[in-house]
Parts: sequence; C-alpha cells; structure tokens
Amino acid sequence: MTQHPFLALTDSDREQMLRTVGAGSVDELFGDLPEAVRLQRELDLEPQLSEHEVFAHVSELAERNADASSELSFLGAGIYDHYVPAVVDTILQRGELLTAYTPYQPEMSQGVLQAIFEYQTAICELTGMDVSNASGYDGTTVAADACYVAKHATGREKLVVTEATNPQVRQVVKTYAAGFGLEIVEVPHRGGTTDPDELESAVVDAAAVIFQQPNFFGCLEPAPELVARAADAGALPIAHVDLLSLGVLEAPGRYGAALALGEGQAAGNFPSFGGPHYGFLAAREEFIRRMPGRIVGETVDTAGERGYVLTLQTREQHIRREKATSNITTNQTLLALGGLVYLTWLGPQGLRELGETCLSLAAYAKQSLAERAELEAVFPGKATFKEFAVRVGRNAREVVAAARERGVHPGYPVGRDYEGMDDVLLVAVTEQRTPDEIDRLVDVLAEVAG
Amino acid sequence: MKLIYEKSQSGRRASVIPSYENLPRPEIPADLRRSEPPRLPEVPEFELVRHFTELSTRNFGVDTGFYPLGSCTMKYNPRINERLAALPGFARLHPLQEEDGSQGALELMWRLQEILAEVTGLDAVSLQPAAGSQGELTGLMLVRAYFATRGEGEQRRKVVIPDTAHGTNPASVTMAGYELTNVQTDARGNIDIDDLRGKVDEHTAALMLTNPSTLGLFDENIQEIERIFHGAGALMYYDGANLNAVCGISRPGDMGFDIVHINLHKTFSQPHGGGGPGGGPIAVREILEPFLPVPAVVRREHGAFGLDFDRPQTIGKVRGFTGPFGVFVRSYAYIRMWGPRLREMSETAVLNANYVLARLKEAYDLPFDRLCMHEFVLSARTLKREYGCTALDVAKRLMDYGFHPPTIYFPLIVPEALMVEPTETETKETLDAFCDAMLAIAREAAEEPELLKEAPHHRPVRRLDEVRAAKRPVVKYGFEEHPRPDAEPAPAATQSPSGV
Repeated sequence: MTQHPFLALTDSDREQMLRTVGAGSVDELFGDLPEAVRLQRELDLEPQLSEHEVFAHVSELAERNADASSELSFLGAGIYDHYVPAVVDTILQRGELLTAYTPYQPEMSQGVLQAIFEYQTAICELTGMDVSNASGYDGTTVAADACYVAKHATGREKLVVTEATNPQVRQVVKTYAAGFGLEIVEVPHRGGTTDPDELESAVVDAAAVIFQQPNFFGCLEPAPELVARAADAGALPIAHVDLLSLGVLEAPGRYGAALALGEGQAAGNFPSFGGPHYGFLAAREEFIRRMPGRIVGETVDTAGERGYVLTLQTREQHIRREKATSNITTNQTLLALGGLVYLTWLGPQGLRELGETCLSLAAYAKQSLAERAELEAVFPGKATFKEFAVRVGRNAREVVAAARERGVHPGYPVGRDYEGMDDVLLVAVTEQRTPDEIDRLVDVLAEVAG
Repeated sequence: MKLIYEKSQSGRRASVIPSYENLPRPEIPADLRRSEPPRLPEVPEFELVRHFTELSTRNFGVDTGFYPLGSCTMKYNPRINERLAALPGFARLHPLQEEDGSQGALELMWRLQEILAEVTGLDAVSLQPAAGSQGELTGLMLVRAYFATRGEGEQRRKVVIPDTAHGTNPASVTMAGYELTNVQTDARGNIDIDDLRGKVDEHTAALMLTNPSTLGLFDENIQEIERIFHGAGALMYYDGANLNAVCGISRPGDMGFDIVHINLHKTFSQPHGGGGPGGGPIAVREILEPFLPVPAVVRREHGAFGLDFDRPQTIGKVRGFTGPFGVFVRSYAYIRMWGPRLREMSETAVLNANYVLARLKEAYDLPFDRLCMHEFVLSARTLKREYGCTALDVAKRLMDYGFHPPTIYFPLIVPEALMVEPTETETKETLDAFCDAMLAIAREAAEEPELLKEAPHHRPVRRLDEVRAAKRPVVKYGFEEHPRPDAEPAPAATQSPSGV
C-alpha cells in the first residue's frame, strides 16, 4: 500500500523504532488489549479518497444547499447574514493561531492570550460589564452557564425566563436546569414585549431573570424597567443581547444588568449552518470568581515586561474538579478572535453606522410590506431593531415555500415555536440587504401571501 | 508589544458601512439608546492586519512545530478541510433553512454519524454537543433520563470515576446533579478492581472511564469492569479523549461501553484554534437512542435527509441547532481521506509514543513500566529531588529547544508529571530531535540547573508570574490608567494596572 500522506514513517524508520522499543511488530504494542475487545475485521468505511476526490465529493454536497449566495435571504431568528470582512479569514487562517491548543503554556502562546485579553476588553466595552470570559460554545449555552452562576450566587432554585427570549436559548436552559436543580418559570409576552408588572410577580424568590434585547420578535423590551424589577426582588438580571445592536442600543451594564451574554455569530462569524460560533458572557465585578470558562489576565515576566496568562484557574475543572464553576474546557477562542478582528474592523463609528443602517433598512422593509403588500407588522406599536414579525395571511411555512420557488427566503415561520402564530413570519434585514432587494421581497410576498 | 487599544487614534477606521439616503430613520426610545460609545479600537485596515499578524508570530501551533501536549492529540490539520468548510454552500447556509434547501449539509451530517457509529461500535449518534465536556454532560443527562424511565432515578445517584480522570468528568457529574465516587488506580496503572467492587452497587448510575487512560495505558481488566457495572445494572460512559489510540483496533462499544463522546478536535483533526472550536458528538447503544438531543438528523424514506424533532423522550437541547457544523465538514473530509486506513493512524500514534518512551525512560522516572498506547506519563521527581528542577522547569526549557512542552502536573496521581503525546504526525527525525532535547535537559538539570529554572530564554517573554495575575486580576485594558496618545496630555501616568 502506498504511504499515507498524513504519515511519515518509512519501513526502515519503523524497523529501527520497533527495535528501540524492543517489540517485534506494531501488533505487539497492543498486547494489553484482551483479544475479545479487539476488532477482528477492517473498519467498514468507504475507501480512502485523495484530496482531489474529497474536494469533488464534499463540494457536490455544498452545492446541494440553498445558501445566502444562491437565494435572497431574510432569515434571522438568532443567526444573521452580516458581512464578514476578508481580514477575518486572513487572520483566522494564520497557522500559528489556527493550530494552537488552549494556551496552557503562556510563553508559547502570547499571541492568542493577548488576543483574548483584547477580546475580553471589547466585550466589556460593548456590554458595559467588568469581566468577560474567553467565550462559551454559543448563545444558548452561555445562558445555561449564567444560570449556574445565579444559582450559586443566590442560593435560590427558581429561574425566570421571558417567553420572548429565543426559543433555542429557553430549550437549552431548560435541559441544563434539571441537573442544576432549578425550576423554570416563563413570563409570557404581551403584544411582543414583556410586561414589567407580570415579571415582578413571577420573580419572587427567583435566582435570576433572563430576557433578550432586542427580543426574539425583534422588539425592544423595556429593559431598564425589567432589570429594576428583577433587582428589587434580589434576582440577577441577565440580558441576552445582540453585539451588533450595541452601537445604537444601551449597554446592559448601564441599566443595571448583572450579567450580559449572547450569540456572537453576527459579529464576525459566518452562519455555517449553526456553528461553530462563539457565545460571549460578561458580568459585573462581584461575579468574577464565579465565572465559567477561561479568563485571561495581565501580569509581568521575570524581566518585568507585560504579558498575559490564563488566570483565576482555581474556578476551573482541572483544579476544582467536582466543585468547579463549570465543566467547560474547550471553548470557541478562534471564533471569538474572529469577533475581535471584526469589531476592530468596524470600530466604534462603524458599529454605530451598522446599527443605523440595519434600523433604516428594516424600517423600510416594514413600511413597504405594509404599504405595498398590505402585510401588517404583528406588533405595530413596538420599536424594533433589525428584525420584525409580520402577518402573512396564511400559513407562513407555505408562504416560505412559495417565496423560495421565486428565489427569496422571506424569513422564519414563527409558528414553529409559538402557538397561535402560524401566519407570522420573522423578517431579518442586515446591512447586506439593499433597498432593491427589499423591494423584491415585497413583490414576492405581495404575490404569495394570503 | 502594544495592545490594539494602544494603537488606536480617534477618527481612524478600517470599514465603510453601506448607508442609504431617503430611507426612514427610526428613533430609538431615549431610555434604550446608547449613551456612550464603546471604546473599540480605531485603526486602518493595514494596521489591523499587522497587529494580528504580529500576534500570530508570538504564538506556537502544530504548523509551527512539534506539539506533544498529552491528552490533546495535536496532529496535523489538513488545509483542504479549511477550504471545504469555507465553501459558500456551507459557510453561508442558515441553520433554519428548510430541509429541501439543506440536503447536502444534512447528508454530510448523516454520513458522519454513520462513520462515528462504526468507529465506536455503537448504534446511534448525536452530533449536537459542542465539545468533549459537553458530550460528557449530555451523556450523563441520557443516563439520568434512562434510569428515570425505569423508575430508578431516585435510587441511582452515584457516578464512579477513577482518580486519573480529566477534571471535566467530576465537574460534569456535579452539573448533571449526580454524586461522585472516586476509585483508585492500582500498581499497574489499571483501575483498582478490589476498590471498585466495594463501590459499585444498586446506587450506582454509571462509570466514566477514559481507555486508554490519561496514563496512556489500556485497562487490562476492561472485561471485568464491564461485568461489575452491567452486573449492578449501571451504565458505562467512555471519555473519548484518547480515541486516537484505538481507531480500527478496538471499539468502545465492543469493550462494553454504552455511551461514548468523540473529540473531533483531537482524533479527527478539527484545528483547535487556540482553545476552540471543538466538537463532542456522542454515540450510544440502542437503548439510549430515544433520549438523544433533538433534532436528530435522519434519512427518510425515498432517501431524503431531514431533522426529526418528534422524540417524546428526548432530554431536550444542549446547544443551538444541530451542533458546530463547520467542524463536521472538516472531520468528515478528514476521515474520508483515511477510509479503513484509520487503523494505520492509531498504530503509528502508538508506535511513535512507544519509541519516544523507550528513548526517555532512563533519563526520567517512569511510574508504570509498561508499553504505552498513544501517550505516556513520565515524572521529573528525581530531577526535583536531586537538582531542584521541576516538571515546570523542564517544560519551560523545552521551549528553548523549539518544542511545545508536554502536558504537566497531570494526571494528578503522578508527582511532577510530564505527559507526552506525539501523535501519528511527525517524522522520526522530529521525534529524535525531541528526545535529544529531553535528554539534554536532564543532563543540564544536573550540570547547570539554572538553565532550566530561568527558562525560557528565547521566547517573546520570559517566565510569567501567574500568581500575581490571580492575586490582582486585570482582565481588561484599563483605558483610564492609559490615556490615549491623541488625548490631552495627562498628569503623570500611573503604573498601576487596572483592576476589576
């Protein structure tokens, strides 16, 4: 058999090495394995492919998908088609960063450690918080992580989540909560946002309140009011936010949130059918020793020069084991680095302008759908950011199918997650969409909606 | 080196954002509007590229050189995988796309599931968990759901873990709401069977075991362990961190395990990106399939692929959507480029480890004198006693020779541990150069110990003070303490870093 390209040993290497080991064959090295647990046949896998063949095969699979380059898409609902600049690809493909492990040896890893320190700084700036970790898996799991923080910080066993929070976030929190011994209470939305009075009655004895800003329907919650009601009851207010809204929307730290977290994908990662992306998690200073995951801190070397290390590791599983603040070890550093590069590319002005463009385009879409397609927003009085819910007069899944036949994916059918909303589409408009493309959406929906 | 924030000048920018005249400009309610802009960096694009390029030169990856970090399987990451994951049909595919618009992605996932079932010797796979430790937690949730349906949920509260286990195992046990039972390691590096027998009973829910263990040793009593657990009605969980040792040679399912997680970023070559992403799919025996996370990726009648949410006994969801899809593209392509020759991958990894072990075992302490699997654990105990040189000193000195150090001080049961995993990547010349360096360092410890204690000498920074970092945590840039160069001259700048 020909030498495999991912291997290097020649026959003579192998002979010399076995001699040094004192074994007669490679098979002898596996002598500790009882015969009964050895696989007595070849693995039943398709034959080895060359790089040419694997490229052709996997490319063919990719071509069978309808992605945002082949279909005009207004899909959002948590994952967004924002532009990812070329510099992100360039930096993330640097082998020294791409192929490194977790920076356990700081002198070998100053590049990634400094980058994480810069990332933590950016997340704290955007959210108005004091401490950020180095990333979590995604926008759902960081919410579950925050519940673990809240449970231990308050000793309480109830968790309040607003119904207008992303359904996947709620599902993941619920899945984790059973093991944490937390009971989940959901507060319904009223006309697209959460009623602070209703939240106040639900929050008695709760460890925390999770709400989303903008919420799943794209509406702006009365966030300062929700936070105040939660805090008055001794529950930690946890804000699930969109990083790209934070050039125009207030930082959660400024209105009193205890933790701020969310899905980072929109900022610097491709949608990639759901991942890998990064979840960000930031908190006020008082929670620093309860934070899950890696945190990078500044220090000095023996010559007094500034450098960076993983810090506060006594929180973590490799030291604290069953008493750790989380079991997380692998996180999403490379994707978070993509986030840092992207946010640097934007800068504060770019971030604000991006938010304003999204606001404008979404408002134009909302207005045009009402005026030219007679499709009304579901929550007309509510302010929105880049996404809004619209009634389409018949089952939204049928509308999606009909619109896609015309080359437009018009949005997410909300009835997949919310009862009584089968005729509702959630339409997301990023800065990648143009007014002309919005006009096309309006034309298509005018044609296919009920 | 300066931080990107220290290179920032107000007014500079790298991006132009599309904007349109004549569109509505909705007002955000005053109490929700941003009051102060975030202090993000302000740099032109070329400064951005230079900054992050310089950072990369201060980092070390598998692409830079040999990286024998035990338990992390730092193998070569083929570049074709990057090209494939970046194809627009994958990268720009929205996870909520309708099934008929995502057939290629669904088929890729379904095929990967089939492959992982074959490699692990189990029946059903969920790709959803984002990393190994999330796979562990998901596995324990399955255990809980399984016993709950059998009416044994209250009775079975304990999970057994050997003292060699990764810290993620006990942490996952607590997060899943279980109690931990520790079991000891015997003189040969196997689980101490006598200790085990006394600890497994009708209150035991599961065992969590890495096999080969973190000592790099295959547990010779695996069949007896299987009899003990299954005999007590408990389940067996396989931590797949060390799967790179046994692909095509021995399958966890054939060893008796009921649940396995696979670290796609270790065994199947997802680049680890300086800490992530990873992928932690789990494979399970048929009895546990009903409890797997939703949605399941399925092949329907007539050959179309789909997502099945209708699983009434599911534990729920542990992550968004169907998991880290880009990781699946890379691992799928990687495995297809091996085919059944995956066995050669594991055989070579084991041969490389045994060769390096054979060359080093006279110069360092070897706590368990056996043939190893894909990794082995040495101890610097003698160097410490005789010359005051610790495992940490050896690790730092290795940097001067141009190698990434092994894992140190783990597993916890070996003092001054040095855990070496060469992987199947590497030429014999590289392995020899590493061995020569390790032998030279052992001599230096005797002759000139300061060389070790003051190492590293040739990295961008000298040895860093980790204690100081933890004592007074500075975890973000202190804008207030470091006035911007374009700002008004400040009174004498303080040296004190910002605290949080």
